[in-house]
Amino acid sequence: MKYRYANWQEYSKEIADDHYYYARSCIRQNFFPGSEKAFLDILRNDLGMDIVEDPRHTTCTGIGYHSDVVPLDTTMAIVARQFSLMTECGYENYVASCITSFGIYSEVLDMWHHFPELEEKARENLFKATGREFRKPKILVHTSDLMFHVRNKIAEKSVRRLVNVTTGEPLKVVDHIGCHYAKVFPKKGIGGAEFPYVLAGMVEAWGGQSVDYPERRHCCGFGFRNYLVQANRGYSVANSQKKLESMAPYNPDFIVANCPGCAMFLDRWQFTLNAMTGSHYAIPVLTYEEMAGLVLGIDPWDLGLQMHQVPVEPLLDKLGVEYDPSAKYLGKNGKFIGRPLTPADYTSARL
Amino acid sequence: MGKYFDELMQDPRFREGLNACMNCGACTAVCPAAEYYNYDPRQIVDDVQAKDDASIEALLKSDTIWYCGECMSCRPRCPRGNTPAYVVQALRKLSQKYGFFTASEKGRQQYALGKILGDNMRELGYCVHPTRVVPSMHPEQGPVWAWVHEHDKELFARFTDNYMKPGPGPARAIDPESLEEFRRIFDVSGGTEFLENIERHSMKKAEELGMTREEYLEYVYTYNSGNHTL
Repeated sequence: MKYRYANWQEYSKEIADDHYYYARSCIRQNFFPGSEKAFLDILRNDLGMDIVEDPRHTTCTGIGYHSDVVPLDTTMAIVARQFSLMTECGYENYVASCITSFGIYSEVLDMWHHFPELEEKARENLFKATGREFRKPKILVHTSDLMFHVRNKIAEKSVRRLVNVTTGEPLKVVDHIGCHYAKVFPKKGIGGAEFPYVLAGMVEAWGGQSVDYPERRHCCGFGFRNYLVQANRGYSVANSQKKLESMAPYNPDFIVANCPGCAMFLDRWQFTLNAMTGSHYAIPVLTYEEMAGLVLGIDPWDLGLQMHQVPVEPLLDKLGVEYDPSAKYLGKNGKFIGRPLTPADYTSARL
Repeated sequence: MGKYFDELMQDPRFREGLNACMNCGACTAVCPAAEYYNYDPRQIVDDVQAKDDASIEALLKSDTIWYCGECMSCRPRCPRGNTPAYVVQALRKLSQKYGFFTASEKGRQQYALGKILGDNMRELGYCVHPTRVVPSMHPEQGPVWAWVHEHDKELFARFTDNYMKPGPGPARAIDPESLEEFRRIFDVSGGTEFLENIERHSMKKAEELGMTREEYLEYVYTYNSGNHTL
């Protein structure tokens, strides 16, 4: 089924074909290290692209900035340092693995455009602190933009489609777009804030069915301070609950998200809600690299799917993915590292 | 009259975020915080644009300005091009500058945020790190995360050769020179002073409440009066 909104094409952006400076995400490196690896492996090894990774880059400070403990001038100067590393490596296209970072970079570049004195100050601060200078990126994209850009090439190399091997029907996929991907600057996101297409485009190209649902555009509920401080987590779980309740009637086969925090929260809060309310949520949540990896035939445990709270095996079975259940709990050299407790056994006494 | 407003106008986010609000409430309708808390971003913008010092100071001392999750859902919806979340960011900066944040329960939480994120960033170069998402502080993360946290070295080795070591990859150890540059940027650009200011005001409040530093951290991180939701 074709995506029901044609309007997404009014919101597209320039995406360079190759030669990117890659910046990792604080949250993704915690919870989805396999996705960041898959992104580099697929683009470099399968598609022969040039993506450079510089270990010297740091956090962009985005989570601190949006928790209001890092002032704007500091965030701008740290961003300036990231751009300086890109310049030093000889690149002018910047790809950020994190949605918060992508929003931060977009916002900083926009503010420098409107308030040139802020760019001047960032340059001064950076030079004073480090002796560094920089050029601004010509192209700034999020990693999901780049995967969207190469979606048809991935389809050509795929070993399976997003199709239920038993019924032959396309899998039903609900997506969630990180707020800072397109709500800050709708023109910087494919499909803008209202007609999200960056993930739906991948789903369609790989044979699945993108399913619209009422609260598709609602925030996952991260809300920075609203999750990071334990006393505020009701905000976070309540907003994820709103989304899960909205998508459940469509019986999705899985959720796909393009934001580090969103993918993690929509996964973890299903466990929490089940414990709190007696619900039975069990909708697997994938990142777009995990979705691409399964289509390309990468082993699920090499993608890091064992790090998800919601079991992914029912989805793997629908897709006809062959996997070794006993390899799920192995470390690098095949050492068994024990199993996680079941949700029923995981009580406060265990913490 | 207008002293705080004039100061807010020096913040570029305030200048970008506040044009002329017509009180339509589209921001409140779409706001995840308004859905959960007794909170109305429309009212904040309306109060601020009245330029009244007394009402702005009341806001700076209130819980109200700390409910927003900075998701920016309000930004694309406002028919007048306002961004209430930007206005909130400017108010939060001012509230911390004057130490007003310690007057409210939600404001006092800035101490925990400054401590957790400030330490993570300045010690490791990251906002978040696998070793610091401790299951006892994050029971909602569930048993699989507890398993990952316990076996982090074994598990991360499947995805990188450089877990907490030099070289590229996830959760790598950032080289000392880069970390030093990162810290110097904080010093030069006001980031260090900003965190120290939060700490100073928070310790004053802790003293007022008769709490040690550790007791105060535990208190602001976990205390919820239950008076915030609808």
